[in-house]
Amino acid sequence: MIDDITRIAGAAPVLIADASSVDELRAVEADLLGKKGELTLLKKGMGGLDPEGRKAAGAALNEARESIEAALAVRRNDLERAERASMVATEQLDLTELLETPERGSLHLVTQTWDRLVDVFIGMGFSVAEGPEVETDWYNFEALNIPAAHPARGMWDTLYVDLGDPETVLLRTHTSPVQIRVMTDGEPPIYAVMPGRVYRRDTADASHMPVFHQIEGLVVDRNISFADLAGTLEAFTSAYFGGSIHSRLRPSYFPFTEPSAEYDINCVFCEGNGCRTCGQTGWLELGGCGMVHPTVLTNVGLDPEEWSGFAFGFGLDRLALMRHGVDDIREMYTGDVRFLEQFPS
Amino acid sequence: MKVLLSWLQEFAPFPSDDPVALGDVMSDLGMAVESIERIGEGLDGIVTVKVLELRKHPDADKIQLVDVDLGDGEALQICCGATNLTVGDVVPLATLGTTMPDGMEIARRKMRGEWSNGMLCSGRELALGEDHSGIYILDPSLALGTPIVEALGITPDVLFDLEINPNRPDAMSVAGVARDLAARLGLPFAIPVPTVEELAGDAGSIASVDIIDPDLCGLFHIRVIEGIKVEPSPRWISDRLTALGMRPINNVVDASNYVMLELGQPNHTYDLATVPGGALRVRWAHDGETITTLDGIERTLTGGRDGVITDASDSAIGIAGVMGGASTEISETTTTVLLECAWWQPMAIARSSKFMGLRSEASARFERGVDPAIVDLAARRLAELLAPSGARLVQGSVSADGDLSVTPAVRVRTKRVNQLLGTEIATEQIVSLLTPIGFVCSATDEVEVLSVTVPTFRPDTTNETDVIEEIARHYGYSKIVGRAPTSAHTGSLTPIQRDRRSIRQVLVGRGIHEAMPLPFLAPGDLARCGLPAEAVTVTNPLAAEESILRTSLRPGLLRAIAYNESHRTDGVSLFELGKVFALPAHGETLPDEREHLAVALAGCDARAAANIWALLAQTLGLNDVGIDQSAPPAGLHPGRSGVLRRGGEQLGEIGEIDPGVLDALGLRERVAWLQLDLGVALAAPHGEHRYHHISRYPSSDLDLAFEVDNAVAAASIEAAVRSAAGPLLVTVNLFDVFRGHPVPDGRRSLAYRLRLQAPDRTLTDEDIGGVQRSVVEALIPLGATLRG
Repeated sequence: MIDDITRIAGAAPVLIADASSVDELRAVEADLLGKKGELTLLKKGMGGLDPEGRKAAGAALNEARESIEAALAVRRNDLERAERASMVATEQLDLTELLETPERGSLHLVTQTWDRLVDVFIGMGFSVAEGPEVETDWYNFEALNIPAAHPARGMWDTLYVDLGDPETVLLRTHTSPVQIRVMTDGEPPIYAVMPGRVYRRDTADASHMPVFHQIEGLVVDRNISFADLAGTLEAFTSAYFGGSIHSRLRPSYFPFTEPSAEYDINCVFCEGNGCRTCGQTGWLELGGCGMVHPTVLTNVGLDPEEWSGFAFGFGLDRLALMRHGVDDIREMYTGDVRFLEQFPS
Repeated sequence: MKVLLSWLQEFAPFPSDDPVALGDVMSDLGMAVESIERIGEGLDGIVTVKVLELRKHPDADKIQLVDVDLGDGEALQICCGATNLTVGDVVPLATLGTTMPDGMEIARRKMRGEWSNGMLCSGRELALGEDHSGIYILDPSLALGTPIVEALGITPDVLFDLEINPNRPDAMSVAGVARDLAARLGLPFAIPVPTVEELAGDAGSIASVDIIDPDLCGLFHIRVIEGIKVEPSPRWISDRLTALGMRPINNVVDASNYVMLELGQPNHTYDLATVPGGALRVRWAHDGETITTLDGIERTLTGGRDGVITDASDSAIGIAGVMGGASTEISETTTTVLLECAWWQPMAIARSSKFMGLRSEASARFERGVDPAIVDLAARRLAELLAPSGARLVQGSVSADGDLSVTPAVRVRTKRVNQLLGTEIATEQIVSLLTPIGFVCSATDEVEVLSVTVPTFRPDTTNETDVIEEIARHYGYSKIVGRAPTSAHTGSLTPIQRDRRSIRQVLVGRGIHEAMPLPFLAPGDLARCGLPAEAVTVTNPLAAEESILRTSLRPGLLRAIAYNESHRTDGVSLFELGKVFALPAHGETLPDEREHLAVALAGCDARAAANIWALLAQTLGLNDVGIDQSAPPAGLHPGRSGVLRRGGEQLGEIGEIDPGVLDALGLRERVAWLQLDLGVALAAPHGEHRYHHISRYPSSDLDLAFEVDNAVAAASIEAAVRSAAGPLLVTVNLFDVFRGHPVPDGRRSLAYRLRLQAPDRTLTDEDIGGVQRSVVEALIPLGATLRG
């Protein structure tokens, strides 16, 4: 039996080396070590030996088995490596040879700007309030200290709708009615911004649309001052436009704030040096702001002696256009994919 | 409001050397400088020349060849596009090397093959007015070769164009701007007292006024000027009017306008000869009353809205505060003028001029509120201006009072000032800020509390906050140090705001672009989309295309797809998140305003919409929403659409645009459609993604194919499978749909793969067989049979 074992072990390396594929090697392995393999059969025949012969045969069998397994492992490794190499060679791909590239959609420029602004204000502790686009005269004008026939109504070209009494229901001309709703529905302290769509009776041209977007902010708390307004707008300005851009306030007039101010920032194109966009002034007019008018506070049931606040607002579309160098606002609203896809996010 | 530096300097000694710095101060005071124009600057190199000969350009129809003489007798050829020249005219020539006021440099150049040795100038090119219709023709007696500045007697000056806020009636005059500016600069300010010789007599015996409606007119003041000789104004007056944007007419009208611009008091001159007995009456107009105004237009007035000045016979001869009448207009034969300086109720004038669509320099001032204290000063100033032509002011005046309220003194607390401004301004400083602009401050019994009397030229200032704004303005906004926010408040998005961002991310990730069509529709847009026509209409649209508020996002998105198709972009995928407006619910004033999401996929069929919906439902955690195809929504393909339903609630619509609608809109491709009412969809709790324990034991798959009637929705089969499979079911997926032999017509095969798993053990064959038996049994009522 020892001889048989020696013979098999001696012949095995040739058989293993002759196997030219992993499959062939598997067959060789089965012939040698499988359930019906030669060594397995010899092992079954060991029962007829005396204890001493059985011990010697067992040792020889184990030794042969180990050497065969080692040889199989080496050969298998070689064969697998070769087969993978040839497979990899045939699987070569030209990664620029693409038939259908998936397309990403795009967020509207207004949405991108909206989100960016809102994120900055959330970082500053503001919540985000919204309200209806069709409003009553009360929310859009009266409560904001703009009574009917007030000359200041001329500041807004209003679109009215055929509901209720004539000229009592309108498309909001600013997001300020949301301020009234926030103050009416909630209680100070209020720290909120109101982004939204607004309407004006305006013919579309390169810089105007009858429909556009604004964001306003409102703070009502104890001891809020003009200095807080200036500081908040300065903090926002550097957070949104970058640290080198600063803000300034100039006296202005709005019926719903007093003192009122224009909110200017350093021109973002020339950083204040003067260029064509800013008319050589170094400043860009961004929007309006001021201390909430005592009449407005009274209108929403707040005591102006106890509470004070500030409000500010500016156009959102212009920021979107400025950031991307778009020179015609109408482009944003046609739904032309050749425009939309230029600004994925 | 435009102001000239030289005019401002008549009220305070402003420096001339740095107009830009002066402009910055005006801006800082809230009188924003929109432009600064230097008059008479940049005119070096422009000289008088005489036209010697006019010739046709051989090669251009719109250009003439002009030979001019600079005084040396030589003919110099100029190419000129203007046609108002005749031989012998003396005109301005910009010689070679001149830099024009607008920065253009004049060089010798060829125009269509002919040399031009300079440029003949229009008034606008010389910055001497707006006229650009032709070359500026000069006095023919001028010596040739004279510099234009000398020839025209132009005095260098600076013109500031200011944006005046509605709460600054005082700044609607040169004197008012000067007062504000002088106060900030610490310069002495004074309005010169007119020197007028008064003619003996009594205006009271010549004229009279009766204020019938005191709520219309607060003050009506009349002076009479005799010895009027209507002629052109002196040059300095007409130049100043022109510079400020008013057209010179004659000395009387010009003097009237001059006083308005200078002092802010609009006034009106009547030819006394046309006013019987010099008697005027002031009242509200009668409904339908007519008057022909100075501009020659007959206007119909509205009772209670417009005010009129009438003569003794009660016929209207002027619209109060807005415009005078033609019948009493100054003419060449006028010898005596009845001069009106009045104070009209600002709201009345605002209403009247707005609804009449008639805005004048006078109404703009009256509606802000003029200074009732200067009516006689204005009259005397006007007489002073006319005196050189021989006009004389008659002694005495006629004055009638109506309702004229006086602002009571305002209590101003120093503490409140600093609380609102965030400053530390002392009471004495408040006094020194307010005094130069005419606010009279006096101490009160209370500590650090002032009693402030507001000047009559600041009717806008009526309360403490108004005064605080004045303090801030003159203190300087830029000196108020910003306080960085140190808010203890936290901000965050609301759930719906977060959901919107998720929705957008998913859709953009699927290659869909966000569009924002305008929310306006034209009549017929809804019907073309197969939608009901009832909608909220706009009262005063600028165009019919903007006359209806959308009730659906569909017309807008489909129009955008059509726009893209027409520009050769097919297969466009768009979405929109926006408001739609339905007529108000019963008893409501405002429309039923809802936020919708819509997705339109061109070149895709309804299944694409269903896939997007599946994705959105997963993202938002919207469970239990079914597609109900039993009643197809309006405007969608009847066989390929349905309603998104959660119990009894309708969340939206899904499917494909009706082929008839596609035709009506000229769309070439099919369009898959999804719309969701976000308010309804997101109102119920959603998006709670709870953790499910993942079993450590192996799972088994069970594939089952059923033959089912076409009429039975796959969703109901799946629902039945889910409920019958019991707790061992992990997932169920439809992996094959097959129609045709051997499946009979009207039926199809639906193959599902069920993945089964137990949390606590390996499944046995009995477990799997049990699931199969219950599922097959549960599907029997649906007419589904297991295929072998």
